[in-house]
Amino acid sequence: MDQYKKSPISRPPTLREIVTDLVFRYTCLAFAWLTIAVMCYIVFEITWKAGPAIQEYGFGFLTSQTWDPNTKEFGILPEIWGTLYSSTLALLIGSLFGVSVAVFLSEGYLGNFVFQVLKLFGVQFHRFWGKMPAAAETALKNLVELLAAIPSVVYGLWGIFVVIPLMRDSCNWLYENMGWFPLFGTRFEGTGMLPASFVLAIMILPTISAISRDALVAVPPKLREASYGLGATRWETILSVILPTASGGIFGGVVLAFGRALGETMALAMLVGNVNTIKVSLFSPANTLAALLANNFQEAGSDEMKVGVLMYAGLVLMAITLGVNVIGALILQRATAGLKGLN
Amino acid sequence: MATSPNQPPQLPEVDISRLERSLRKPRALLSILLSGTVTIMTFMALVPLISVIFMLFYRGASKLTWENFTALPPTVSEDGGGFGNALIGTIVMVGIAGLISVPFGIMSAIFLSELGPTSKIAKVVRFCAKVLSGFPSILAGVFTYGAVVLVTGGFSAYAGGVALSILMLPVVMLTAEEAIRMVPRKMKEASIGMGATQTQTLWHVTLPTALPGILTGVMLSVARAAGETAPLLFTALFSNYWLYSEFNGLQLNDATASMAVLIYNFSSSPIDNQKEMAWSASLVLVLGVLVTNLIGKSLSRGGPTR
Repeated sequence: MDQYKKSPISRPPTLREIVTDLVFRYTCLAFAWLTIAVMCYIVFEITWKAGPAIQEYGFGFLTSQTWDPNTKEFGILPEIWGTLYSSTLALLIGSLFGVSVAVFLSEGYLGNFVFQVLKLFGVQFHRFWGKMPAAAETALKNLVELLAAIPSVVYGLWGIFVVIPLMRDSCNWLYENMGWFPLFGTRFEGTGMLPASFVLAIMILPTISAISRDALVAVPPKLREASYGLGATRWETILSVILPTASGGIFGGVVLAFGRALGETMALAMLVGNVNTIKVSLFSPANTLAALLANNFQEAGSDEMKVGVLMYAGLVLMAITLGVNVIGALILQRATAGLKGLN
Repeated sequence: MATSPNQPPQLPEVDISRLERSLRKPRALLSILLSGTVTIMTFMALVPLISVIFMLFYRGASKLTWENFTALPPTVSEDGGGFGNALIGTIVMVGIAGLISVPFGIMSAIFLSELGPTSKIAKVVRFCAKVLSGFPSILAGVFTYGAVVLVTGGFSAYAGGVALSILMLPVVMLTAEEAIRMVPRKMKEASIGMGATQTQTLWHVTLPTALPGILTGVMLSVARAAGETAPLLFTALFSNYWLYSEFNGLQLNDATASMAVLIYNFSSSPIDNQKEMAWSASLVLVLGVLVTNLIGKSLSRGGPTR
């Protein structure tokens, strides 16, 4: 026994090692618990600070349309409407393009194109050139994801100086000639729903395309081959086999992107116009919850009721986005679990 | 071999031409049409990116001078000026946020990937991190306003750092977890087999191997935090002065400038000089963010974590 302890090859861990091991492990455990605590504290803090306003205004806050600090009348119905409207509009544009990009990237269009070009020059057998199709696809994928890396305030700046001037003429033409149609019912003054949703769509496009691409790539090749084997064309395969199989993942990505669009602040604060109105028209200025917070918090000071009202609006925003995000995460989890059986 | 008794009977010749699809059939035409649509839409999706970068260089680069980096923001009637204090403010606040979120995120990631990957806590923590990663950035500001600004009694660089750290935390945590998980199990087993404790294995084998992946997460989170505006609007506010002055020393307890807020403030300014400043600041910010992003992504490539 004694000899075993003094062996130069192995020895049991010393007391110091055992203690550091335990301390380190429990520290890690503590940090894991702290993550949960931070999450709970955020929810608690916002709810707590919103308390006075909730007592004062109750549910009427959600259905009232005025926002007047002088008479202390507060309501956020126009903001809720604006948030949902702009996000839905952005989602329509963003998911159409996002899923297209995902299909383009996952079905090997670009790789096939590069391969054909290389074949034309007779270089496809070289090991280096053989990697080109995959490299081109990765490059394009990264380019689309760079859209997400650009700060939203820069998109706002770009929207003010590029998108709005580009839209002005055609929008006013639409108003003058088709003004009877509710969507084109107001004059386009500059800031408004359409440029805001357009920029928002660009910002959520990378999210949708990245998650959809992952879902499409995860579709087992067997299904694809079987469909081609039955004589389906490429798009019959995509529409009736691949997209339905990946639909869970795509839908999860779309819901997550919706959550992101609801909470997006800067681009909207700069482009949406910050006017408390409820209008169906695409060209009329509006307001969103996040933009309301961004514009009003600086002046709130330590006035408890004013902070409380804004915290209440933040609480509503948090409830909506957290709900949407949780649903999206659950859908994604279930979709990836469902695909495992097919492989 | 040629006359094997088990050879199957000869199949009738297949008419190859019957297997080809005529391009005039509506099915084939629809397929080609949709393929074209998807191709066009994909390249249309890249137009905004190209447009943003072109505009940044077109309007920002020509007015970019060395003075921009060393001077204070211009007032209404001033010419020239720069965004030196905003640049420093952004770096300081992202630094504070990193000091909070990087150790926090990596320690939690170690727990998630090594110590109890299937435990109930791990599942809850992972869920919390995912929810936090989709958390609207403005709400991080709202929370920090209530928890830090109202408590300490004023806008400060610390408050800005705390707000940014909430946004950085899930990125660091989830990427680091993935990186640590990718370390080959045999390496850990070899270390344990040598008689090392779990902590020694982590410090000397797992973490060094996972380092490129962890750094990727850190870089990505830094890139995200540097561009965030909304949480800084009412936690750090903005300031027209340097963070460090000879009279007052380092003023982390005071309102602090940042690039993103400067862009926001100047974007709606009626003065041309300030508009140009917003474009130049955007160029610097976007280049910084994109470079950080690319470095982060290239770090994880080719390492043992892949």
